[in-house]
Amino acid sequence: MDVATLQKQLLDYSNSLFREGFLDKQFNQLQQLQDETNPDFVVEVVNLYFEDSERLLDELAKTLDQQNVDFQKMDAHVHQLKGSSSSVGAQRVQNVCVAFRNCCEERNIEGCLKCLQQVKHQYFLVKNKLETLLKLEKQLVAAGGSIPMYC
Amino acid sequence: MESCNCIEPQWPADELLMKYQYISDFFIALAYFSIPLELIYFVKKSAVFPYRWVLVQFGAFIVLCGATHLINLWTFSMHSRTVAIVMTTAKVLTAVVSCATALMLVHIIPDLLSVKTRELFLKNKAAELDREMGLIRTQEETGRHVRMLTHEIRSTLDRHTILKTTLVELGRTLSLEECALWMPTRTGLELQLSYTLRQQNPVGYTVPIQLPVINQVFSSNRAVKISPNCPVARLRPLAGKYMPGEVVAVRVPLLHLSNFQINDWPELSTKRYALMVLMLPSDSARQWHVHELELVEVVADQVAVALSHAAILEESMRARDLLMEQNIALDLARREAETAIRARNDFLAVMNHEMRTPMHAIIALSSLLQETELTPEQRLMVETILKSSNLLATLINDVLDLSRLEDGSLQLQIGTFNLHAVFREVLNLIKPIASVKKLLVALNLSPDLPEYAVGDEKRLMQTLLNVVGNAVKFTKEGNISITAFVAKSESLRDARAPDFFPVPSENHFYLRVQVKDSGSGISPQDTPKLFTKFAQNQTMATRNSGGSGLGLAICKRFVNLMEGHIWIESEGLGKGCTAIFIVKLGIPEHSNESKLSFMPKLPGHGQTNFPGLKVLVMDDNSVSRSVTKGLLVHLGCDVMTVSSSEECLRVISQEHKVVFMDVCVPGIDGYEVAVHIHEKFTRRHERPLIVALTGNTDKVTKENCMRVGMDGVILKPISLEKMRSVLLDLLEHRVLFEAI
Repeated sequence: MDVATLQKQLLDYSNSLFREGFLDKQFNQLQQLQDETNPDFVVEVVNLYFEDSERLLDELAKTLDQQNVDFQKMDAHVHQLKGSSSSVGAQRVQNVCVAFRNCCEERNIEGCLKCLQQVKHQYFLVKNKLETLLKLEKQLVAAGGSIPMYC
Repeated sequence: MESCNCIEPQWPADELLMKYQYISDFFIALAYFSIPLELIYFVKKSAVFPYRWVLVQFGAFIVLCGATHLINLWTFSMHSRTVAIVMTTAKVLTAVVSCATALMLVHIIPDLLSVKTRELFLKNKAAELDREMGLIRTQEETGRHVRMLTHEIRSTLDRHTILKTTLVELGRTLSLEECALWMPTRTGLELQLSYTLRQQNPVGYTVPIQLPVINQVFSSNRAVKISPNCPVARLRPLAGKYMPGEVVAVRVPLLHLSNFQINDWPELSTKRYALMVLMLPSDSARQWHVHELELVEVVADQVAVALSHAAILEESMRARDLLMEQNIALDLARREAETAIRARNDFLAVMNHEMRTPMHAIIALSSLLQETELTPEQRLMVETILKSSNLLATLINDVLDLSRLEDGSLQLQIGTFNLHAVFREVLNLIKPIASVKKLLVALNLSPDLPEYAVGDEKRLMQTLLNVVGNAVKFTKEGNISITAFVAKSESLRDARAPDFFPVPSENHFYLRVQVKDSGSGISPQDTPKLFTKFAQNQTMATRNSGGSGLGLAICKRFVNLMEGHIWIESEGLGKGCTAIFIVKLGIPEHSNESKLSFMPKLPGHGQTNFPGLKVLVMDDNSVSRSVTKGLLVHLGCDVMTVSSSEECLRVISQEHKVVFMDVCVPGIDGYEVAVHIHEKFTRRHERPLIVALTGNTDKVTKENCMRVGMDGVILKPISLEKMRSVLLDLLEHRVLFEAI
């Protein structure tokens, strides 16, 4: 496939991500930080995010499993997750984290469980999307094109 | 004497008769002798006499005849034989000579007669020559008169004097009784008596121009004899019995400037003639002679020429006066224009300052107001105020810029700047609007586009922003793509930019930017008007579009200042359009390629880097930490990261200028860290600046930060621009309490 087509494909995909609220402008910020001195910045950060988030999700699951749920600890984790998501621009995950935190404050286990489910769902969704996006970017770069700025 | 047998009786020799005979013979002889003498004498006297030989003969003949008669004298009385012989000899000789003479005369007399005819002939010739000479003399005199007249006529350039002089001189030369000039009226339908010789003030006497006699005169360029009874010649009331003298009329062409061709003499295509009427004195038997008529014709021509000269002079004087007037008027206009320009410049200078001061106040205070606690309605109001005042400020700037651009007083502020960042910034600025309209904006920077360029960053950004902004403004849905690349020479010469002759050189490159949108497009006839000031295309102007129509005009001027070209292509309404501009930018020296050693010069709006600025980032969230690090690295800082407060306190040193810390770190509170830092570094200038990174926007957090002596608070997530301005502010003021 030629560069123009690949680029168009990438643009369409990324635009759909933005439109559907998976990503917000923070992701663009990350893109801006990528340049010749830092060519894989976005990939690195995203991978870091994946690691971090999965770890946090595991922790959350573990915490909720316990008899005495430590809401404070959970709140801290969720806060972390929220922080990471906002740093990466994973908007939906971030929003669910906000809801999650409210549940924690209310000490609502049911709510927390539900939120956890939602968070997981959203996270895996955005992970999938991001992986596809990064793959498309890699294809484009391999074909000789340059990654355009998303909006 | 013997007696003879005559009938008559011999009568005795009468003494008387004999005496008479004797005397007669004597006289005859005398006469005969004197005639040749006379002949000789007179012939000798006269120089010209061709027939001397004849004379001799004739002389001899006469002499001999005389001799004979003389000798006869002796024969009256008794004479001797010798006398008889002599007598005989003489008679014989005489006979011979006279016969010879007679014969000779036969030849001579016709000759003599022909001499006579020749003489007659010569006399006639002489008479004829005399006549001719008389004629020539007359002509010469006429010529002299003409010259004199011409001299008189041409010695003045005043029309009236010319005409008056003509009449006077003609009158004098030809001894005229009356001389009159009829000029055509303005309508050209009548001839009006304008000048006369004898009458002082000719009454406004007119005759229609279509009279047959007038047509006759006008149709030939010769002087025409006319009847003294025709209207043009009847200048005086006919009184009594005097016979009016002959009248001659001649046309005087009135030449206009337009009749003069460059190469030809003026063709008598002019229709305007004046009529000159000349009257010989009455009761004289004078007639118009040919030479006089010729004189009149020549004078008429000369008058025509003189009049045209006068007319030309009049025109040129008039033109000169007109020019002088115009000069004065132009001078005045120029001075007024200068005054107006000066007034306008003064006005602009004053307004520049006067308008901007309140604008700044409004904008600044609205921004500050925005930071405070507001109810949603209040916030909306403040935002509207801010947006409107920003728009107004932009408008003021635009107008002021444009007037400075027009003056030519605008100069580009050349500096080295980060080209890529310009595009990203524009993208950032345009994103909010685009996302509201659900437009997809894509930026494509070609790989060979240098990162740094030399030029006027601010104006380039302004241009780009304007162009992209227009694209966004006039696109309801779809996408917008911005492409930037280095223009190669074949793509520089675009058919659509025919006057643009870019000259690539060693230190410069041409940046070509194309902004393509899928919006409403522009019809081809509107394309030229796009760059005109204040001209808004009605079909393009929607309710949403603000702006004064100055944007593209300003862009064009900026682009021109950057030795470039800007144009818009559109395939038609509804087919979107592409705005393309090419500008010339310099290539910065390659000695410092890396960002870190590059020192920026432009403060504020522009790329700023903090090369080598040592900062410390403390955040336990690895993602946030790496993002913040990425931000700061991108800005050129030397970043060290720690993930806990203890590590932070361990690592921090005087070298670190700024510490960014996340205040929600478990373990030691970020606030405590700040306190510790304050304790560690007592002196203000040694202490690194402390900035809190937090996800909390509330007042409490801020107060806490202030309490522990933090220098600033930043809300996560932070954008690149925000970080940059934060660092700028921090380093400038060493304090920052916004950036939320």
